[in-house]
Amino acid sequence: MEKQWFTISVYSENHVGLLNRISGIFLKRHINIESLNVSKSEIENVSKFTIVIFSTEDWAVKIVNQIEKQVEVIKAYYHTDEETIYQESALFKIASNLLFDERQIQNIIKEHHSQIVTVSREFFVLAKTGRRHEIDEMHEALEPYGIMQFVRTGRIAVSKAAMPITNILAEFQNQ
Amino acid sequence: METLKAEKKDTKKKTAIRITGAEAIIQCLLAEGVDLIYGYPGGAIMPVYDELYKFQDRLTHILTRHEQGATHAAQGYARVSGKVGVAMATSGPGATNLVTGIADAQIDSTPMVCITGQVARHLLGSDAFQETDIVGISTPVTKWNYQITRAEEIPEIMAKAFYIAKSGRPGPVLVDITKNAQFDELDFVYEKCTGVRSYKPAPKPDMSAIEKAAELINNAKKPYIVFGQGIILGEAEEQLKALVEKAGIPAAWTILGLSAMDTDHPLNVGMVGMHGNYGPNVLTNECDVLVAIGMRFDDRVTGNLATYAKQAKIIHFEIDPAEVNKNVPVDVAVLGNAKQTLELLLPLVNKKEHKEWLAEFEKKRQIEYDTVIDKDIYPTKPGLSMGEVIEQINVASGHKAVIVSDVGQHQMIACRYAKFKQTKSNITSGGLGTMGFALPAAIGAKMGAMDREVVAIIGDGGYQMTIQELGVIFQHNLPVKIVVLNNDHLGMVRQWQELFFERRYASTVMTNPDFVKIAEGYHIKARRVVERSDLKDAVQEMMASKDPYFLEVRVEKEDNVFPMVPTGASISDILLK
Repeated sequence: MEKQWFTISVYSENHVGLLNRISGIFLKRHINIESLNVSKSEIENVSKFTIVIFSTEDWAVKIVNQIEKQVEVIKAYYHTDEETIYQESALFKIASNLLFDERQIQNIIKEHHSQIVTVSREFFVLAKTGRRHEIDEMHEALEPYGIMQFVRTGRIAVSKAAMPITNILAEFQNQ
Repeated sequence: METLKAEKKDTKKKTAIRITGAEAIIQCLLAEGVDLIYGYPGGAIMPVYDELYKFQDRLTHILTRHEQGATHAAQGYARVSGKVGVAMATSGPGATNLVTGIADAQIDSTPMVCITGQVARHLLGSDAFQETDIVGISTPVTKWNYQITRAEEIPEIMAKAFYIAKSGRPGPVLVDITKNAQFDELDFVYEKCTGVRSYKPAPKPDMSAIEKAAELINNAKKPYIVFGQGIILGEAEEQLKALVEKAGIPAAWTILGLSAMDTDHPLNVGMVGMHGNYGPNVLTNECDVLVAIGMRFDDRVTGNLATYAKQAKIIHFEIDPAEVNKNVPVDVAVLGNAKQTLELLLPLVNKKEHKEWLAEFEKKRQIEYDTVIDKDIYPTKPGLSMGEVIEQINVASGHKAVIVSDVGQHQMIACRYAKFKQTKSNITSGGLGTMGFALPAAIGAKMGAMDREVVAIIGDGGYQMTIQELGVIFQHNLPVKIVVLNNDHLGMVRQWQELFFERRYASTVMTNPDFVKIAEGYHIKARRVVERSDLKDAVQEMMASKDPYFLEVRVEKEDNVFPMVPTGASISDILLK
């Protein structure tokens, strides 16, 4: 089976130690987590993990099954890139003098549709949200001029199909 | 939207009492019906032990001689009684010593609650004396774990711990309790947990899957059942028997499924797996419908997956959705508790007999009997065999004893030849293969079934891993029967060295102490057998004893266990010699 990108979405209780439990599932199978994001979800008191792996579908299924088995996990899903809308964000910290000395920098900011978050005497910060390759392209463009600091978030994604967590929770309530 | 509650509780109104966290832990245990725990005290759990002292008329604490022994004893108790076993230890080394037993309980789905003391909340993360991150350490080997840092959390977490350990596919739960939470007071009310919203213990049976399963079974010419511990854990022994008899299907068991069905039942064809029976292995690759019930296609069962039951339609009755299609892709998955799903299946299954198919098992059994079994249990050459010892125990016990085996050659021999009439009678470390399991597990098994005879079968290697638990047997005069099959070797490893490493016996030869004297040092009646002529009498004397009894049998040093499926080989290529 061919390897591809999968986004795993996990809805869970907000419980200390669950991150450890979930990451252990990958560790045990020697599968690398390419990116990981934990945030609140659309449901009150329910957390959402967004995990990206490069693997076969067979493994994606098995991992989702193992994740769902964890007591505090409400439901887990996996999706291919085509089945999700996904983005990442990045921050670039760059020396302020470049903004004036290198005219090309301003073009890069415009061409890549990035925002200037802040400007100080020493540095300015650019924010860019988009697909991984778009951020990579902007990184490539800026690199020759010197990037003081760079950071990128994990992928965040919503699925095109429904993830009906509210129904699952309501079912428990009505039992 | 209203705020959804994450847990469901017993809603009967109860009035709160003001007690310490330590007493609350005892009250929780009593409320869960616990009357026996195994453990070892130490600094961070002392407040709880102080309460145990006060409640000793209602809650028995057995001091094992090592915390690992506490977990195995709790496992033995749980496996034989179907109840939750409880083990307790202090922080740091006390807690880490539990880990092997916890991992064993996890892989063998044994319900167990472990309670560990922890340094006070304000010391967490300071590398305080006897501080270890036991929640972090135990995460991969527990079904659930939690660190309590406030006394008020105790009732809710303990209720959840017992509920999770016992429900669905059972497993070990660890609750770590900081010392301040044991000393502090709380308003105590106990409400049993009846549900956790994010946790689905058992999927609801799907009738369409059951109908498909019935159709496959009804149309099968060579149907074959392989059952595992799911039958025992799901208490589906009657339903299994009814299915086997109605549909006339030969049934084989995994090592943990042993004793779920009478070993003398005409349709019980034996054990599958690496050292299982010849027919049950070979015919897995000849059946047309394989009905797997409450088993998980462990690699020791399947051998090479690329050649496992490829010709068959496979039906998998399983409570844990993560086990379906994990190792073996199946045609029909019937999720749910085995008792429920089999009950729904039974009326849909046609009454049938499969005489020719069954005759093939008999043919293979005869081949195995002539080449292996006869020589194992009725040997004529000099030197005692492990098999003949098990056979003598069968004769003396009338197939009624609980057999607790350790790990290695003796375990395979015990599981191959021990006879059982009653369920929950074969206690062994299956998935983890934990040497040292049997002696403490036999303590738990005996205390979980005081009216039954409990015989521990142990090799000389594993025996010395937890030999100190003889102290418990002596102190409480527990009439456990201990049989050490001594071949002065780590026999199974030696067998592999002989077969696959050109007889390079690296670190498998042991110079052993006088085991009889050691037992006698614990004031346990002991006897050694070196001659075949003494065996029957010694076993009978042991079984008749009302007190603990130790029997060392000096067996042939370089016997091998056959049949054998070499690692990575197809089960069709099982070796008879």
